[in-house]
Amino acid sequence: MSLWSTFSLPNGLTTVRAVTKFGRPSDEEDLRVAAALSFRDISMTFPDGTEALRDVSFSVDRGEFVTIVGPSGCGKSTLLKIASGLLANTGGTVEVDRERIGYVFQDATLLPWRTVQQNVELLCELHGFDPADRRRLATDAIELVGLRGFENHYPKSLSGGMKMRVSLARTLTLEPPVFLFDEPFGAVDEITRARLNEETLNLFEREQFAGLFITHSISEAVFLSTRVHVMSARPGRLVATYEIPFEYPRKPELRFDPEFARISGEVAASLEGAHT
Amino acid sequence: MSMPDTSSHDSQVPDMTEPLAAADKLRKQSVQRGVAATVVPPIFFGVLLVGVWYLVSYGILEERQRFLLEPPHAVLTEGFLNGANLAEILGGLWSSTKVALIGLSVSIVLGMSLAVAMSQTKLIERAVFPYAVTLQAIPILAIVPLIQFWFGTGQFSRVIVCVIISLFPIIVNTLFGLQSAERGHHDLFTLHHASRWTRLTKLTFPAATPAIFAGLRISAGLSVIGAIVGDFFFGRGEVGIGQLLQKYANRLLGEQLLAAIVMSSALGVGVFLFFGWLQNRAIGKWYDGGGGAPT
Ligand SMILES: Nc1ncnc2c1ncn2[C@@H]1O[C@H](COP(=O)(O)OP(=O)(O)O)[C@@H](O)[C@H]1O
Ligand SMILES: [Mg+2]
Repeated sequence: MSLWSTFSLPNGLTTVRAVTKFGRPSDEEDLRVAAALSFRDISMTFPDGTEALRDVSFSVDRGEFVTIVGPSGCGKSTLLKIASGLLANTGGTVEVDRERIGYVFQDATLLPWRTVQQNVELLCELHGFDPADRRRLATDAIELVGLRGFENHYPKSLSGGMKMRVSLARTLTLEPPVFLFDEPFGAVDEITRARLNEETLNLFEREQFAGLFITHSISEAVFLSTRVHVMSARPGRLVATYEIPFEYPRKPELRFDPEFARISGEVAASLEGAHT
Repeated sequence: MSMPDTSSHDSQVPDMTEPLAAADKLRKQSVQRGVAATVVPPIFFGVLLVGVWYLVSYGILEERQRFLLEPPHAVLTEGFLNGANLAEILGGLWSSTKVALIGLSVSIVLGMSLAVAMSQTKLIERAVFPYAVTLQAIPILAIVPLIQFWFGTGQFSRVIVCVIISLFPIIVNTLFGLQSAERGHHDLFTLHHASRWTRLTKLTFPAATPAIFAGLRISAGLSVIGAIVGDFFFGRGEVGIGQLLQKYANRLLGEQLLAAIVMSSALGVGVFLFFGWLQNRAIGKWYDGGGGAPT
């Protein structure tokens, strides 16, 4: 179990939260009520015997952006599927409100027969919002991801980055309190990725959701997060945790800050160790 | 909500549209070139075929054998320009077209319903699928006498022949299509608690449309064959193109025979093209695959 240190919230508020293995039950009780998403001793063994996760515990509160980096195949996607309820964990407990969970997949998963507007309206449709609300929410979300003017385009005519924006907009319409991202920008080019990172950050600063993000990119992790967890090779365990001290709102120039480079270096070294 | 970072987006939008416009222009040019490339070779080959036809009619066949292959212009004047003959062929063609259309409609409704039922319940799929495959394997000529035995030689029997021959591709393609929705899309629907019905109407059925159209094109062609085979075999009742073919062959009316063959082929090609056109109208906007699975 990790030891969390002091860190700053975007509004300048500072919270101290310490959890130890031997914490009194009442402390844990408080934590459970407070966190928007919490994992406690999560284990996952697939029916074929593959042990994907072992005793993973951490939580993400609203206003926190937590990133997991780890070698591929270590169980990161599995963890998000467990968080969202797509998979049932074989050990431990997850606590999260799944009613309006936001989940951005690695693929944009747009429905090709729907236009951008119709794709963005999909989740509101599934949740039974009335047409006027869903049109308004979709229009706002499309505006927010910078796709105004593309409402009537079909996915086949969009670039990879634009598709990802549509996918983000679709998730935003639900104004989810918990936002899961599974390597969402892995398939786009470096420049688009940097821009999408900045936009994700803007969304986070604005909406203050509880963000759980998965990536292979260390600079992406450090740039976005309040906290970075490094996961070991399979079975996935948390082997190191880094508090990222930079205050929000963050500027793109942060990437060139020496402190940014130093922290990225530490995470990289830890990740290097996690591969073996 | 307002946009967090307006300037970067504003400069970006035209950047994205301009390449699209340029690509459109390029595409138009290559389409024109493509049309020339697809139209010229078949015309050339067609002319060659007509040449060979004349060569056989006049160069190889002697005059008393010429009824075996009358020259193209004779087929044209006897088969297509002679009012009485043309009326007879068109009448038969219309009768067979009706049978084909009714048979195809029945196949579409029946086949798609079966496929949807099979996609919803594994048990139904397991129970029905072997029979659907058997249906496909039945040699149609083996079963036609039975149909005649049970139902007579009327239009109803012909429709049955048509359905038997055209049902399978609809079932298989619809079922395949319904199962083709991506895993990630299913996850998305699961995540948001979509009901079975919502999943069918908003995900699996739309995802199936390209495959369904591929099935429709195959079945449309088969239904024309079914209509002609039924009529040809029964040999009585309302006169369709099948009976005409038989009559012309028996009476050595080579010109009419060839004209009737050309017309029935045109019907087959016509329905095939019609469904291709319909597919393009219905899903061309979003679907950029080809014309579906090969037969
Ligand atoms: N349904 C499954 N059955 C068996 N093994 C699985 C299943 N899903 C994933 N795995 C395995 O679990 C491990 C973790 O997968 P995943 O969470 O997708 O890794 P990643 O960290 O790259 O996202 C991998 O080794 C993968 O092969
Ligand atoms: Mg993964």
